[in-house]
Amino acid sequence: MNQMSTEGYTTADGRKIGGVMMEMKNITLRFGGVKAITDISFDIREGEIRAIIGPNGAGKSSMLNVISGFYVPQEGEVWFRGAKRPPMKPYQVAQQGIARTFQNIALFEGMSVLDNVMTGRLTHMKSGMLEQAIWKGKAEKEEVENREVVEKIIDFLEIQAIRKTPVARLPYGLKKRVELARALAAEPKLLLLDEPMAGMNVEEKEDMSRFILDVNDEFGTTIALIEHDMGVVMDLSDRVVVMDYGKKIGDGTPDEVRSNQAVIDAYLGVAHD
Amino acid sequence: MPDQLLFAIEVTLNGLMAGVLYALVALGFVLIYKASGIFNYAQGVMALFSAATLVGIMNGDVPFSHLINAILGTDIHHFGWHVPAILAILLTMGVMIFLAWAVNRFVFKHLVNQEPIILFMATIGLAYFLEGLSDMMWGGDIKKLDVGLPQGINETIDEVTFNLFGYGFFIDNLDIVAAVVAVILVIALTLYSQYSKQGRALRAVADDHQAALSVGISLNYIWILVWSIAGFVALVAGIMWGAKSGVQFSLSLIALKALPVLMLGGFTSIPGAIVGGLIIGVGEKLFEFTLGGMMGGATENWFAYVLALVFLVFRPQGLFGEKIIERV
Repeated sequence: MNQMSTEGYTTADGRKIGGVMMEMKNITLRFGGVKAITDISFDIREGEIRAIIGPNGAGKSSMLNVISGFYVPQEGEVWFRGAKRPPMKPYQVAQQGIARTFQNIALFEGMSVLDNVMTGRLTHMKSGMLEQAIWKGKAEKEEVENREVVEKIIDFLEIQAIRKTPVARLPYGLKKRVELARALAAEPKLLLLDEPMAGMNVEEKEDMSRFILDVNDEFGTTIALIEHDMGVVMDLSDRVVVMDYGKKIGDGTPDEVRSNQAVIDAYLGVAHD
Repeated sequence: MPDQLLFAIEVTLNGLMAGVLYALVALGFVLIYKASGIFNYAQGVMALFSAATLVGIMNGDVPFSHLINAILGTDIHHFGWHVPAILAILLTMGVMIFLAWAVNRFVFKHLVNQEPIILFMATIGLAYFLEGLSDMMWGGDIKKLDVGLPQGINETIDEVTFNLFGYGFFIDNLDIVAAVVAVILVIALTLYSQYSKQGRALRAVADDHQAALSVGISLNYIWILVWSIAGFVALVAGIMWGAKSGVQFSLSLIALKALPVLMLGGFTSIPGAIVGGLIIGVGEKLFEFTLGGMMGGATENWFAYVLALVFLVFRPQGLFGEKIIERV
């Protein structure tokens, strides 16, 4: 693997990875006196699957929340597609083309699966309030076009059978999939997945892994994900950032990370002096 | 047909018309509650405020004239012009949109993630603030509101029913207009919230703030939108009630009648607000008509609340409220 050139690199299975899409520079995030993230830098490249791993409380979710704008870091810079990003609200980040899922699933429970996924298209709908109110041709055409995209994604994730079901009635594994569908509906440039496989059984995990790989492969979507299951992470990701106690302790390909002593210590535990 | 039955039908019809007006106020509650989880106690006062503003603008009154005169020692009350009804309604709508922005900017923006009871208390404060503001801007006297809506008995219905049954029904033209307007408003709002982009965003915000943010919805925008729509509904209700019984403080008390309407219809259902309004309107008129005499009269004062209480016991989510699904 000819890694880290500015033009990108080619993975073992022959996928072309592009230049840097997102760069985190010296990010520090504090909650009062508690440091959740300390001076972390890493990048995410066009087309890659980038994993953030680490033990519980390592600051992985906080990092994802910084990328998606839910947290604003006290120090450091976020660069997206070659430009420094000013402090933004989460909805503005979403409008920039960064979609996400949540660790504890945040779906619109009262709405149907279809409506949930349709909300993912909101950033692509341009017609104004009055147009919508009087349902002029443009708004209608827009609705139809967006509906087509959504149906494609619903087919892709194999949730056709539950399209009209209220989300509250679905089992956990399917909810996770609907949440992924909603994020995909935005046709994001960068997709953030916060523990997409947490709480799933082996079969559901295999399904989800397959979907993640397929999304990356078919839509060319750049994906950053947080995951606990080391086996899954190593299979899925192109490069891995390892965090522990809010600090970065490793960064590289799965093989590099696996043989990194600091990472082994963090995961297996080591006697502290 | 026996006279008693004909009279009962007439009472029912009048009840339906009154119910439509209850429904109009209840509708404003439902809209805000659905989108922000706030039970807006101030909805009734918003109707009063909008109606007073409409009258003030139409008459060319100077807002805050008492205050201005007291401070500057002047004696101005009128600009000396009269604004046509349509233009005045548009201007009033502008004021309501500004109010929506101000309410969000200065009150609810600072109360994000607070307990529902705190939000509720804030709306009580808002109600009294608005009431005071209304008095301060336009004076507290009873005002006549005439935007050119037809008033008085509908001659056609009177004539037709007289020829058919030998007894002419008394239906007020204004009630008919109110009913038609309410029906149109409800259909439009239901379609808007179910099928438009903003409607979907609105329901999304109502359901989960975090998730709504993650799909690119600005919460502020939606809240201002929803308070504006509630302001619009308040204006319509204010015009109807104001034309019927004058613009006065008691108008804001109608809001209390909307409470049992909401308990019946469910706090989250637009059609529920309508059906609930109709049931209460007809129910209280018929009850007064049939049993009122035996119970010492004036049953209209309490009938709605007792009916709502009975409903709460058997169907807490209301007739059309969202089902409470709990996975175990």
